[in-house]
Amino acid sequence: MTPLKERLVQLEVLRYNPDTDTEAHFQRYEVVCQEEWVVLDALNKVKADIDPTLNYRWSCHMAVCGSCGMMINGEPKLSCHAFLRDYEGVIRVEPLAHFPVERDLVTAPDDFMEKLKRVKPYMIPKEKKPISEGEYKQTPAQLMKFRQYSMCINCMLCYAACPQYGLTPSFIGPAALTLAHRYNQDSRDGGRAERQEVVATHEGVWECTFVGACSEVCPAQVDPASALQQMKITSSLDWIVEHLIPGGKP
Amino acid sequence: MAKSHKPVVWFPFAAGGTVIAFCMPVIVLLTLLAALGHAPAGLDYQNMHVFARSGLGKLIIFGVVALSLWSSAHRLRCTCYDFGLRADTLAATVLYAAAIFGSIAAAVFLARI
Repeated sequence: MTPLKERLVQLEVLRYNPDTDTEAHFQRYEVVCQEEWVVLDALNKVKADIDPTLNYRWSCHMAVCGSCGMMINGEPKLSCHAFLRDYEGVIRVEPLAHFPVERDLVTAPDDFMEKLKRVKPYMIPKEKKPISEGEYKQTPAQLMKFRQYSMCINCMLCYAACPQYGLTPSFIGPAALTLAHRYNQDSRDGGRAERQEVVATHEGVWECTFVGACSEVCPAQVDPASALQQMKITSSLDWIVEHLIPGGKP
Repeated sequence: MAKSHKPVVWFPFAAGGTVIAFCMPVIVLLTLLAALGHAPAGLDYQNMHVFARSGLGKLIIFGVVALSLWSSAHRLRCTCYDFGLRADTLAATVLYAAAIFGSIAAAVFLARI
């Protein structure tokens, strides 16, 4: 078996300790890594061998849990999915943009969590039926209408990439709105009218200017930009029914 | 929170975006060909003039011009916002006014043909 190739990796990591620091600063680490590793492996090596005080979140190491999102060379990435072979020179690692930093690379996701709750991202059954009547059935075609949007792993990379969220923090944002769309598109769901109270507001889909960065950075191949544009169309049709058709209710 | 009235400006924007995507590349190409004296038969000046004189022709040309202007104005407004220009009301007023002015000018010129 060919031995793995080693490489000296230079990391420039943004450090911040709320107990001692007044502002964040960069710290440079040099660490020997295998060429096949990802940035998360390099951080783990730093923490294990050089500096145990370095803080960051991670869990699955396989782009499923969505907890290791960071800015890597200025781009929102899952650090477990950012391969060292794709980077040259010093790799700059910073906490996810647009979120308050708690410590080093750890950010506070509270704002996203609160917004996620507001869009009711769960099934609100069209008709409630007792368990004895069996399952809610769905055809493959009905499943395909929302399947893509159900792949979101709540990693918040799309929020870090969205310039609108950075400029207007009250914007509900890509992932939460996409999950609202996922349930709206589900043939078993009847909660769209309730979600529209948040989705169709100015801070909902209408804050989106279709930059599309959310879809570019998504590690789960969800296309939040398409979900938001589809919701703009349906919200516009609702508006016409509500305002231009006498007695109309969407 | 109240639902937004943005569909009023967004619907013509979306319609204009579709019109721009489908018509503008062809119009630019045909204009260039006409300028070089290679307009395809049937799309030469005389034929286009006859088309622009008919009621349906006027309506179609007005629709293409007005929707494209509105769409471009809205796109520019959003771009200003994306670049951090926080004077949205001013940008919206100036750009939409320009689109409305252009649309009225188109209507006036079309009526004169």
